Amino acid sequence: MIWPIDLAILTLVVVAAIGALTVKDLLGASVLFGSYSFMMCLLWSVMGAVDVAFTEASVGAGVSTVFFVAAVFRTTRRTRD
Amino acid sequence: MKIVGLIIVVVTGTLLIYTAADFPAWSDPSSPASTYLSPHFIEKTMEETSVPNIVTAVLADYRGFDTMFETTVIFSAGVVCFFLLRISRREEPEARYYRHVLTGVTIQLKEGYKIPPSADFEQIDDDWTPPDLIIKTVCRILIPFIQLFALYVIAHGHHSPGGGFQGGVIMGASVILFAISHDLRTAVRRISEKLIGIFCAVGVLIYAGTGALCLLLKLNFLDYSALAGLLHVDPVTARSHGILIVEIGVGIAVLATMIWIYNNVSSAGRYRQGL
Repeated sequence: MIWPIDLAILTLVVVAAIGALTVKDLLGASVLFGSYSFMMCLLWSVMGAVDVAFTEASVGAGVSTVFFVAAVFRTTRRTRD
Repeated sequence: MKIVGLIIVVVTGTLLIYTAADFPAWSDPSSPASTYLSPHFIEKTMEETSVPNIVTAVLADYRGFDTMFETTVIFSAGVVCFFLLRISRREEPEARYYRHVLTGVTIQLKEGYKIPPSADFEQIDDDWTPPDLIIKTVCRILIPFIQLFALYVIAHGHHSPGGGFQGGVIMGASVILFAISHDLRTAVRRISEKLIGIFCAVGVLIYAGTGALCLLLKLNFLDYSALAGLLHVDPVTARSHGILIVEIGVGIAVLATMIWIYNNVSSAGRYRQGL
């Protein structure tokens, strides 16, 4: 494990998670969630869990973002709270 | 209500962190998993199953029962999406729109009239927009390569990262890309709703059926070395082949579920225009 990369990715994970929770625009939140998943994928591959990283990249960053965008498209883009 | 929620979250989080302190440290050589389980997998996987990728062997063979129910969870997710969102009541539109495929001429028919399904006319919705030529062409070029890569991931899961789940998701993503670049009606015309439902169930059936077949051949459930007689190979190679069979089952189930969920979510259960 290379600690500067590790630290940078961990910071980005936290930033993306807080951003996805606080942002009012749901489309932006789903995109932030996709970037969160991708950072998690990088984190798994840094730790050497390549299979988990692959799953995270395809399911978390790929298909679930599409599902979120589709759900936002069919409902509403602004949150009420 | 918000304060109650906050208190519950804080209490649960504290409890989780408190219990997590009892876990053995990361890569601790004296933890129970590292003393006998991991060394066994690392040393014996190759000679017991002839699969170089230990993760695949653990996932589909040693912990096969767990993976079977993961597949069932995916299957239930698709079925639940279908039951929650699908609107089966046929809404009779005031007018139907048809597009002549070759010339692109759109015709409107009054209520009660319809054109029988044929290759010349395709039914479209009133909010139909023509798919962009550039996006359409690029996706047409890209999709075969994505699908080929998905097949590679499923078939090569023994030697490299990947397997049924990842390959199935990539395969499903290629079909979703097709549905986005054209429209949902075109995608559903290619892969009908009925076919997706059947695929979903068949994937789980392949997995559970392989397990039951091992049971019929007088060994334990999901002990693939029982398939040696059927496949005409030695028991070690039979375990490797058994893993491939169940990975294909997982791939089919996941592929169908991804398309199913996308179809239902993107059209709000109406199977019309889509995104």
